[in-house]
Amino acid sequence: MEVRVRALETLLIQKGYIDPAAIDRIIETYETEVGPHNGAQVVAKAWAEPEFKAWLLKDATAAIASLGFTGRQGEHMVALENTSEQHNMVVCTLCSCYPWPVLGLPPVWYKSAAYRSRTVLEPRKVLADFGVTLPESTRIRVWDSTAELRYLVLPKRPDGTEHLSQAELASLVSRDAMIGTALA
Amino acid sequence: MNGVHDMGGQQGFGPVLLEEKEALFHAHWESRAMAITVAMGASGQWNIDLSRAARESLPPAIYLSSNYYEIWIRALEKLMLERGMVTQAELASGQQTTPPVQVSKVLTGDTVDAALKAGSPTERSIDQPALFKVGQKVRARNMHPQGHTRLPRYVRGHVGTVISLHGGHVFPDGHTLHASPPFNVPVQWLYTVVFDGPTLWGEHSDPTLEVTVDAWESYLEAAV
Repeated sequence: MEVRVRALETLLIQKGYIDPAAIDRIIETYETEVGPHNGAQVVAKAWAEPEFKAWLLKDATAAIASLGFTGRQGEHMVALENTSEQHNMVVCTLCSCYPWPVLGLPPVWYKSAAYRSRTVLEPRKVLADFGVTLPESTRIRVWDSTAELRYLVLPKRPDGTEHLSQAELASLVSRDAMIGTALA
Repeated sequence: MNGVHDMGGQQGFGPVLLEEKEALFHAHWESRAMAITVAMGASGQWNIDLSRAARESLPPAIYLSSNYYEIWIRALEKLMLERGMVTQAELASGQQTTPPVQVSKVLTGDTVDAALKAGSPTERSIDQPALFKVGQKVRARNMHPQGHTRLPRYVRGHVGTVISLHGGHVFPDGHTLHASPPFNVPVQWLYTVVFDGPTLWGEHSDPTLEVTVDAWESYLEAAV
């Protein structure tokens, strides 16, 4: 593939279809700027500020845009609140839809056939692959991203974090918790 | 299309394998492949649904045995070949031998940020009232279109409940009807519908499971 993609890039530059500076900038954006630290800021703010949390749950696109996170693969956002009664998990069974502005590019496992096939059928067994066990009584709602809505899970705030600043809270939020394959 | 990409509920793929040290890209070409695909998407010669349809209609054995960015590249090559933008010989050699076709836009280093920040919203105004309301029981139609669709097989024929309405959104099945611009851009109401695990998977399903899909109006019919 290395040779094939290099040949393709050379050809597309010769034809004037792409600008190499654009290619470099796209890569730089997702390598250094856009990633799960964005989503973690959203979660931390929702944990710390009840008004922001209410806004996030009502109009996630606007609430997330207020922090500067917008655009490609996050045009229509929905936030899902985890509670003791309900745990949310996100999957895309048809391809690999994923909220890029808040989480960056998806990890390999999210795009894998195993995750895409099993999550809607046996989410507890999938969670076990991540080392996560939920109480038997917790309802699991799996969100299959079949349209252009992109989902961000709002994990439960860990106990004993009342004294932490938003920046400290953000450092507690893992990417997987915002997909629903981890608890925090 | 009842393609191999429609993976929900399939069995036999084994455990979800986690990487000990995750890398954003696992080879240099993956980063180039991602960015080339994103940049070519801006050319306006196809739309997101045509691009998904191109990936989904790769030969099943190729789809299943390819790394995800390889699927992207194979689909990108197919999209460009179909539109006469490149030839097989050019792809093989990496050298231009035919003139380019006119494209509507070329992303440049200084227009990338704005393009990524803007994205491509699919919400559109819609005049006709929604057929279904929150709380209503609906059945996912038993349909098997030859072309592109976003209704997964595992919900077809099953009854669920509408939990939200999202306004009008570009309807993917119709968005793929014209291969080149100007595209057909039909708009339908978009819903989120929740299904109970046992409804989808039978008596041995996890009783605490619920699955939602986002479904355009013509994917659904009222269930009584």
